Amino acid sequence: MVEKIKDWVSRFYIGIIMIFLYAPILVLIVLSFNDSRSRVTWGGFTLNWYQRLFSNRQIKEALATTLILALMSALIATVVGVLGALGIHAMRQRNYKIMMILTNIPMLNADIVTGIALMLWFVHFIPLGFGSVLLAHITFNIPYVILSVMPKIKQMNLSIYEAARDLGANAVYAFFKIILPQLTGGILSGFFMAFTMSMDDFVITYFTKGAGVNTLSTMIYGEIRKGIKPEMYALSTIIFVFVFMILLVVNYFPSRKKEEKSYIG
Amino acid sequence: MNKLKSVNPRSWLSSPYVLWVIGFTLIPMIVIFRYALTGRDGGFTLDNILAIADPIHMKAMIFSLEIALGCTFVCILLSYPLVMALRRLNMGKQGFMIFVLILPMWMNFILRILAWQMILSSNGILNFLLQKVGIEPLAIANTGTAIMIGVVYDYLPFMVLPIFNAISEIDEDIIEAAKDLGAGSLTIFRKIIFPLSVPGLLSGIVMVFVPSMTSFVISDILGGGKLQLIGNIIEQEFTKSVNWNLGSGLSVSLMIFVLISMAFTTKNEVEGKGSAIW
Amino acid sequence: MKDVILELDSISKSFDGKKILNNMNLEIKRNEFITLLGPSGCGKSTTLRIIGGFEKPDEGRVLFEGKDITGLSPDKRNVNTVFQKYSLFPHMNVEENIAFGLKLKKKSAQYIKDKVAYALKLVNMDGYGKRKPTSLSGGQQQRVAIARAIVNEPEILLLDEPLGALDLKLRHGMQRELIKIKKEVGITFVYVTHDQEEALTMSDRIIVMNKGIIQQMGTSKSIYDEPQNAFVADFIGDSNIIDGIMREDCLVEIQNVPILCVDTGFGKDEPVDVVIRPEDLVIVGENEGFLSGRVISIIFKGAYYEIKVQVGDYDWSVQSVNPAPIGDMVGLTILPDNIQIMHKPHSKDAEVIKEDE
Repeated sequence: MVEKIKDWVSRFYIGIIMIFLYAPILVLIVLSFNDSRSRVTWGGFTLNWYQRLFSNRQIKEALATTLILALMSALIATVVGVLGALGIHAMRQRNYKIMMILTNIPMLNADIVTGIALMLWFVHFIPLGFGSVLLAHITFNIPYVILSVMPKIKQMNLSIYEAARDLGANAVYAFFKIILPQLTGGILSGFFMAFTMSMDDFVITYFTKGAGVNTLSTMIYGEIRKGIKPEMYALSTIIFVFVFMILLVVNYFPSRKKEEKSYIG
Repeated sequence: MNKLKSVNPRSWLSSPYVLWVIGFTLIPMIVIFRYALTGRDGGFTLDNILAIADPIHMKAMIFSLEIALGCTFVCILLSYPLVMALRRLNMGKQGFMIFVLILPMWMNFILRILAWQMILSSNGILNFLLQKVGIEPLAIANTGTAIMIGVVYDYLPFMVLPIFNAISEIDEDIIEAAKDLGAGSLTIFRKIIFPLSVPGLLSGIVMVFVPSMTSFVISDILGGGKLQLIGNIIEQEFTKSVNWNLGSGLSVSLMIFVLISMAFTTKNEVEGKGSAIW
Repeated sequence: MKDVILELDSISKSFDGKKILNNMNLEIKRNEFITLLGPSGCGKSTTLRIIGGFEKPDEGRVLFEGKDITGLSPDKRNVNTVFQKYSLFPHMNVEENIAFGLKLKKKSAQYIKDKVAYALKLVNMDGYGKRKPTSLSGGQQQRVAIARAIVNEPEILLLDEPLGALDLKLRHGMQRELIKIKKEVGITFVYVTHDQEEALTMSDRIIVMNKGIIQQMGTSKSIYDEPQNAFVADFIGDSNIIDGIMREDCLVEIQNVPILCVDTGFGKDEPVDVVIRPEDLVIVGENEGFLSGRVISIIFKGAYYEIKVQVGDYDWSVQSVNPAPIGDMVGLTILPDNIQIMHKPHSKDAEVIKEDE
């Protein structure tokens, strides 16, 4: 009986937290179907904002910038980060420590300090714009990759690399066929982490972007005073539902069990 | 020559990253310090850094500290029961947790904070619901409480996930053993689960304290522009007053303050933070 | 006419300024089972890694059938290694692991299939081909590792403490199997271990190493019966090692008692180390032996008793099939044949093991 009550209390508590986490999202989704420009009155159901979204060039440009930025910065950060982690792992104790502390600086530092420091430095050699934002995003993305790959490297028995060389593989083949497959999990989560962080970033983009370039975040921030265009709610809802579907598929439909491939195949 | 030989050749793989760290982590830090230590006339000065003692700045700093400490504390209070409830109902498995906590991040965070503004405003959704059940409307909008709700909302996942990861690694056998030795649920939590969750708790504190102390968007939106965190002041130095030296000086003070307070919480090990999230 | 397959020529190697190998010379004969034996840090694994191509020596050359291969990378050498921690590729099944080297050599599918089947049979792992390495026990993983190396038909197989992680019983079984496999495939084995029993059981020839220097080379029997210095005597088997003085040929004085031995050629009154194996000492009545002392401990070891007898300030270790009560006074006797006399070490290195204790 007591156990039953405890179960119900647990469910209730989880429910409360879920409401807390998802209430604003629900509000935004509802607003995307609201036929009134006002944020406080319900003017009836409409799909108008979704239609207008596709003809809004500004929003489409900001979306493209955001996605390209996230993809490029995550990709570059993954390559540099994975190589970096493998290299740092091979360093001796002292250098290893120094590199890990440096890696943690962008994570420990406040975004606003990182953003300002990068901006102050960028103005010395490149015009603020897409390029500077990309450099900034790569900079704060690399640590996420390194920190998610490093534990996998530590777990790995590195002598399998030597075993592959011993059996006749050259360095490149052994790296791609033996080392990388062991790190796949860490690399993927590092990449997605970096992609998410880049998509979600506002502060660092805000300071390093200069005029003329907008991501969704900076565009929304600029609209706060004038009032958010309801198309933005529609776009956010689409992105949210899209990601929701992807995560649902990845998490709840167990991937087809990889067939035990024969060596001949 | 000998020294070169004994370097593990694999460490060369990190050379692009080492260059990157020098170019985009170290040098920017040096640059911001240089600006901070330079007056408008171009001479050396400590004024920009000491400007933190100015009453307006100090007030913002103390308010930021209050928000950050409060936010961290509330996040800890909310996280442990949540993690224990999930553990009890066996819902931690299959990535459910990560799924639920990461998903909101995919809705733009400024929009989510704006949604909170709509919920909390004086004629907003919360008060509308309260009136329906006959409770006096609350005046939360544009107060410290509103800012607090915003930061807790935004950073709670960063507290829950590391604690959750630490606790889910605890072997069920250990808890069985404690029960066998006669420990009640409270003792088990106090003597076993909590101590083993400390590494997760520490990285949670780092991940919540710093951003909640330094955010400026949340206070901008939910504080109604009247309540200023140190982040707002720094931002205005760059965007409105255009005094980069003063802005850099305040940033440096903030950075020093954050690093000192972090040194107290964590010795230095924040490794695995990234992987704690996914 | 000796058929040397591999030669190490004046190899030296340091790590972080610490000398691991010091001017090492070694010739390995074709089809020999040679064991590098020594305590950890003695340089035996480094020697193996230099032969395998994983480390480059600071000085010296590695010659394979007379050709210099010092700078050749591991994948270019006709040598394969069985690693200490198995090092199977966790994302490949057993067959894929074994086929790895053959596929790189672009062998035909049929050849690979036959070869893998043969190798699995050789190591007694029929039917495990589709299993993942992680689902295998330590012993099974080691068999796969051996099969994976052997299918490539290397000229030399290097084994780096391959049985180190296995429990005692399994280890004995695997020792017998390794000898069987060696006979079947007929290739040169270079084996590294710190387990003297393993070395004595399996090897044609043993190289005892310490501090990067070869202390002694020879067959199991010669190493055991005639250790050339105190380090070897102490490392191989249990020994009583005690100071003595060579009074004249065939007469050594231990603990002020002159005893007959068979060694000659030492200087008159030269201080020497005397080695006596515990199983060679015989317990007799108090006044019937050359030494007499008190029994201070006795431990039953299954096949024999290990008895400590205190004579003066030295505790003699004795293995005896008959027990002796603690506190009794007994005599000790020994046949002259079983006394091994050694020169005192000239170099510090040979003395090191004593200091460590």
